[in-house]
Amino acid sequence: MLEPPRQEVQRVIKTCARCGRPFGCGHGEPGCWCEAVLLRPETLATIRAVSVDCLCPTCLAAFAEEEGATENPAKRDVQKRSATSWAKALPHAAVRSRGVSVVWGLAAVIFLMGSLLGALAVGPAQIGAASIIGSVLSHLPFLHISSPLRGVDEAILWQVRGPRVILAALVGGMLAIAGSAYQGVFRNPLADPYLLGVAAGAGLGATLAIAYWGAGNYSGVLLPVAAFAGAALAVGGAYVLGRSADGARSTSTLILAGLIVALFMTAIQTFVQQQRSDTLRDVYAWILGGFGAADWHAVVVIAPYIAVSSAVIFMHRRVLDVLSLGDDEAASLGLNPRRARLLLVLVATAGTAAAVAVSGLIGFVGIIVPHTVRLLVSPSYRAIIPLSLLIGAGFLVLADVLARSLMSPAELPIGVVTAFFGAPFFAVLLRTSKRRAS
Amino acid sequence: MSAALEVRGLSVTFGRALVLSEVTATVEHGEWVALIGPNGAGKSTLLRALAGLVAFTGGASVQDQDVGSLARRQLAMLIALVPQRPTTPSELTVAEYVLLGRTPHIGYFATERLWDRLAAERAMARLDLRHFSDRLLGSLSGGELQRTVLARALAQEAPILLLDEPTSALDLGRQQEALELIDGLRRESGLTVVSAMHDLSLAGQYADRLLLIDQGRIVAEGSPQAVLSEQAIAAHYGARIRVIRENGSLFVLPLRKES
Repeated sequence: MLEPPRQEVQRVIKTCARCGRPFGCGHGEPGCWCEAVLLRPETLATIRAVSVDCLCPTCLAAFAEEEGATENPAKRDVQKRSATSWAKALPHAAVRSRGVSVVWGLAAVIFLMGSLLGALAVGPAQIGAASIIGSVLSHLPFLHISSPLRGVDEAILWQVRGPRVILAALVGGMLAIAGSAYQGVFRNPLADPYLLGVAAGAGLGATLAIAYWGAGNYSGVLLPVAAFAGAALAVGGAYVLGRSADGARSTSTLILAGLIVALFMTAIQTFVQQQRSDTLRDVYAWILGGFGAADWHAVVVIAPYIAVSSAVIFMHRRVLDVLSLGDDEAASLGLNPRRARLLLVLVATAGTAAAVAVSGLIGFVGIIVPHTVRLLVSPSYRAIIPLSLLIGAGFLVLADVLARSLMSPAELPIGVVTAFFGAPFFAVLLRTSKRRAS
Repeated sequence: MSAALEVRGLSVTFGRALVLSEVTATVEHGEWVALIGPNGAGKSTLLRALAGLVAFTGGASVQDQDVGSLARRQLAMLIALVPQRPTTPSELTVAEYVLLGRTPHIGYFATERLWDRLAAERAMARLDLRHFSDRLLGSLSGGELQRTVLARALAQEAPILLLDEPTSALDLGRQQEALELIDGLRRESGLTVVSAMHDLSLAGQYADRLLLIDQGRIVAEGSPQAVLSEQAIAAHYGARIRVIRENGSLFVLPLRKES
């Protein structure tokens, strides 16, 4: 290794936070004496805890010696080489990724909590927010609070609205987080959770179930299972097709393959519908989506899929930022982009298929929510992924409230509500952010 | 001491086309080697093969470790590649972009820790970017963007830096600035630099050694004085040029056809 030339460094006199003596500090400019002191990252972290500013040479050397005394010297050398010292302060502390700031995190949580509470309160039977909180607390073990609600209200809250609201939150969160994952993986802002034929596959599965096994089984086991199987089959088919074309190397091939599979499955679905036109209405109602048939059983069935899927996507939030550089650069940074993409598509699709199986096809959530976060907060997936989960959940809960109360006692299809309110909101947001940027 | 980079009989084929054929070369520690040659000669492909982005036959080793047997992440700790046209998402801040260079040091499911931020800050300080931390990439000038991309590669803390046309998008002054910076980094940190370059005068001024590649083969190798001959360049580039030698420097000047 070449010895770094000693260049002239502008120094300021600082007072050491540890011993109180004055010393000359190069403010972290290259060539400062502190570059000669090698410290392990852990030790640096300890020093950061003591002082946000630089320390004097004596104290720094003391830290270096202390670390040498407690460490096996052979091991120390290896680690020292990989992380040379940076004993200077971080006056700006600006080198960080914009993740979720406290304000935005809190705002998203409050938004979700507010929509949950509001959705539980609104309906033909008026239940106050305070009573809802009391009733929820009464169900917690060891608290011994009795519920303030009468028997009927208690049943409405826990057997009718509860599962419906929770299911809407799970599905909304899943669609939004899956949408942001797809947009990152395919580097395409228009990608949505239904991109690889999930919608067509689930639609075909549901159509077959309704047409040949009767409408009576709707809320039962068969319909969700058939929808899930159809969705999985479609994505599996798209992946195999895309892979056989060019080894799934380019994302556009995969999208094309998804389109082909979707068209094929839609053709079969239309054919089946023509054959059994008496079930058309039921199929149509399912495709438009909704939570009218929600119960705790559905919540229990899909919760594990959604929990695992969102957790895996959440852990990929930094990887998604790396993928935004493109496959080549991600690979030169030590990432295997194809494996990361496969894993992400797999979990996002499994979660989406589970959501679709119980809710039908609900559009717009997977595109609007991630883009809203991107425009309002940050384009980094560090922010998009967690905030999409929370805001998507709250958004769909609110949409469901509108779906069941606007034309009460009739219900609007929730897909109509998400599009009707989502699209104009998004249009306004797009316009204002454009103006702000220019 | 062993070589920083060693390539033995390296060949790359795309479909039926032989892009690189039996390339053999050695790069010593701390050396700056420039790859020169006409468009499509295989300069970029050689760099990409060394970075593990292109499948190849033959041998390539980095600090005595076989490139083929290294895991992607380990290779990324040894070699940093700056592509010719890096993707620079315009909405990311300089700090966020430079931090992405720490990827090989961060676990797959983890996020960066204090020392990763310190390494990124160090790289930014070295390239005079500390006041640009919060600037969006989309708002930077060409020269600033080039420094940012270099900072990302530097944050990777790899001992070998591969640069594909590092100055192609810059004006004359920024070209010199970037090359001086790279030379400074090399001297201060003992980096080994391999760069593909179009400007032969600049290649001759900054590199220790030149490799002239044409049609996938190394056709000349050695000091700038030896490689940059009017004859060789005329033959391999199909160009009419004059080489002027002055004060130990070389200048390659294009000539217009005489009418």
